[in-house]
Amino acid sequence: MKNAELRIEKPPLLNSQFSILNLALAAPALLFLVLFFVWPLIEIARVSFTPSEISRGATPFSVLLDPAHLRVLWFSFWQAALSTALTLLAGIPIAFAFARYRFAGQRLWRALAVVPFVMPTVVVAAAFSALLGPRGALNAALQSALGLDQPPIQLLGTLPMILLAHVFYNVAVVIRLVGGFLSAFDPSIEEAAAGLGANRWQTFRHVSLPMALPSVGAAAALTFLFTFTSFGVVLILGGARFATLEVEIYRQTAQLLRLDVATSLAIVQMAVTLLVGWASARLEARASAPLEARPTRDIRRPAASPAARMLVAGSLAFIGVVLVLPLATLSWRSLNLEGNDPLRYYVALSENVRGSLFFVPPQTAIRNSLIFAAITAALAMLLGLPLGYAIAQGGRPNANGARLARLLDALLLLPLGTSAVTLGLGFLVAFDRPPLDLRRSVVLLPVAHTLIALPFVVRAVLPAIRSFDPRLREAARGLGAGPLQALRYVDLPLLAPPFIAAMIFAFTISLGEFGASLLIARPEYPTMPIVIYRFLGQPGALNYGQALAMSTLLMIVTAVSVMVIERVNERVAAQ
Amino acid sequence: MKRLILLLTTATLLAACAVQAPPPRAAEQPQPAAPRTLTIMTHDSFGASEDVIAEFERANNAKVVILKSGDAGSTLNKAILSKDAPLADVLYGVDNTFLGRALAAGILEPYNSPALADIPDRFKLDPQNRMLPVDYGHVIINYDKAFLKDKGLAPPKSLRELTEPQWKGMLVVQNPATSSPGLAFLLATIAAFPEGSDYDWKRFWQALRANDVYVSPDWSDAYYTQFSGSSGKGPRPLVVSYATSPAAEVFFSEGKLEEPPTGNLEGTAFEQIEFVGILKGTKNRDLAEKWVDFMLSKRFQEDIPLQMFVYPVAKSAAWPEVFVKFGQPPAQAFSLTPEQIDQGRERWIEEWTKLVLK
Repeated sequence: MKNAELRIEKPPLLNSQFSILNLALAAPALLFLVLFFVWPLIEIARVSFTPSEISRGATPFSVLLDPAHLRVLWFSFWQAALSTALTLLAGIPIAFAFARYRFAGQRLWRALAVVPFVMPTVVVAAAFSALLGPRGALNAALQSALGLDQPPIQLLGTLPMILLAHVFYNVAVVIRLVGGFLSAFDPSIEEAAAGLGANRWQTFRHVSLPMALPSVGAAAALTFLFTFTSFGVVLILGGARFATLEVEIYRQTAQLLRLDVATSLAIVQMAVTLLVGWASARLEARASAPLEARPTRDIRRPAASPAARMLVAGSLAFIGVVLVLPLATLSWRSLNLEGNDPLRYYVALSENVRGSLFFVPPQTAIRNSLIFAAITAALAMLLGLPLGYAIAQGGRPNANGARLARLLDALLLLPLGTSAVTLGLGFLVAFDRPPLDLRRSVVLLPVAHTLIALPFVVRAVLPAIRSFDPRLREAARGLGAGPLQALRYVDLPLLAPPFIAAMIFAFTISLGEFGASLLIARPEYPTMPIVIYRFLGQPGALNYGQALAMSTLLMIVTAVSVMVIERVNERVAAQ
Repeated sequence: MKRLILLLTTATLLAACAVQAPPPRAAEQPQPAAPRTLTIMTHDSFGASEDVIAEFERANNAKVVILKSGDAGSTLNKAILSKDAPLADVLYGVDNTFLGRALAAGILEPYNSPALADIPDRFKLDPQNRMLPVDYGHVIINYDKAFLKDKGLAPPKSLRELTEPQWKGMLVVQNPATSSPGLAFLLATIAAFPEGSDYDWKRFWQALRANDVYVSPDWSDAYYTQFSGSSGKGPRPLVVSYATSPAAEVFFSEGKLEEPPTGNLEGTAFEQIEFVGILKGTKNRDLAEKWVDFMLSKRFQEDIPLQMFVYPVAKSAAWPEVFVKFGQPPAQAFSLTPEQIDQGRERWIEEWTKLVLK
């Protein structure tokens, strides 16, 4: 099962044609990244390292001499490593259950698992507090059951709380990426292992896991970067005692206006990202082996054995208790707050009692959110899929430009590991003159979201494209199909699950208003998370109630959108 | 694949069209000459009534664009970083804790507005009138009345009392490095326990830490998730918030509350004043002046309380009933000069972080 054994030899001429094609495939995405990522960063670095009142000569090397910064770097690193390990531990069995077994409500459960991904941290903090806080439901129940004076669970403001929140946010990444990968490829090899006398654990350990390794690597890299650059979770749920590099960059920028220090720290953060990108790119490229793709419906079977049923039940219990229950507590509150009529705060969302200029009807917020998310998903897929193919094909060991492809693969994760604060200021100084005075343009919103979504899309589809046995496609070409036709009738139907996973995350990354702080000065196109933050900015039951109501709407919109995207794409793929 | 691409492209185009055409606002009526655009850069907490802004737009044949640019500190940074190609004509929302930095950056033009005549001198902190006062408020500790009554505790009468054992584990503050009320409260303690005195602010904070103070990153988390007196029903009965928060609780209770569920602790307040100024390089200087005059006029000043929950600075501005009844400013407030704040801020935040969080 080594890559080399199945390498397809091609005459040199074909090879160079391929590299031109690959370049053409990669070009749009590369142009996008140079314009909206590389250039703003160069500009902000130029401003930050030119001596002035906001820059006093710090460099990426000098900031590392400060033990306080080293401690922050070290904490960012090990908490991310630990969070990633826990997320994989929880996510892989669930991914396996979803990929291999069929059960009632599967689509809904899978959609529910994605909902945490879009929730604003301040809402998630409120949810965990309502459940696990000193006056939360669990503590209240335990206290009355055991007759205790003090709440027995003291999680808020501790490291375990940060880790739990990171699992809560990122487990969907593992479920979707690994699950999507597994449900595209033929499980008969697992059955063969079982037939040869391997028990379930041995089959999983020696067959399924190595088979899924490229997608596990991708999910791990993405989870690591999300948690390495964690901002809100560490700030709010960590109770201010913990700081990641991202938190320190924000502090240096917003409160101290030390751009030299902030940008230096951002460069350190990017260096670590590059290492992670490089390591994961190597792991994924090495671990990928040609696999036989099969339609998902032929892969999933009913959970018949007791062990299979336990796996499914355990997976659903995890999603129900860890992911759904905290959020459901808040929705429940939105219906019961201050003994009001259950729908009072939902109705209030449409009332502009104070005649405020900034009033946003809920349908407008939902519409804006959906529009930006749709544009982001479209843009990220249109740029990301071709780039994924270019990297996978160009990166084959004997291909021309293999080095370039491998370098791209490693560099690709950089936007995920770049400080949003720094990049936002980069936009401010880079796009300040015609023809590109985009600072106040609404275009920057989907552009910023796409910057995060694009690496995600490529990383999500790469393992599947790499493992996809090229002989299938070549057979289609041999029968006279053009390259696009081969893509449409061979790749697309068979690789639908990982492609859908990629699209769903591109969509939800925007829906969750990732990188909102990126935007330097936004005109009024408020999205759902922005409206939630606004309500939480003023005291009073009406504000809190409306924030909870809007959060509940966000959960519903997310779950429904995810299900619709899945359904529509599966139909398209099946045709 | 083609259909997929087609679908995606159509979705993109449709979405782009939808974004391009925001629904027209009722206030915009056809004008003979095209209205000029006036851009105001401000923080996320800015609020105003629709008809008040429309009135300005009608009177001056203008279109007002509000650029919300993050929290107060981020907004100022963005204004400073874009000074060579200004994003806006007017900057609003710099407070006395950031005033020194704003003035030192040289991003503002002086304007001696005639409307300043209606404003008490104590608010005018910039003699050159590059930044003009608009509103003020107080960061202060709120307490949960029911909680304290339940425990048979009388509200603490001074900052110092908060370090006593009966208040152990009861106070929530915000991190001054990430929150503007957090910074204001730190400044209150520095003014109350000055450096160089026997019992300075560092000793006070050491004692607070020993008394299990909880540090939130921002106001929303502190007030809704940690504080017991809010609708979020958190665990702790004392929180750093605003002097108008009790009035807001009544106002936003939709008639359910006749009395605030929370009260203010006298002797814990720090005064915050917010300023407006004209950005250097504006091409609409005359219109920007009109806007500054308008913000200081009775019409805008009287709109401030219920939109932003702070007090108007104009003497002639009447206060809404809920402010008169429940939102009176504290009798005393601590203060530091903008110069003191500017010189000390960075060092104080560093020292506070080491003292309280490490």
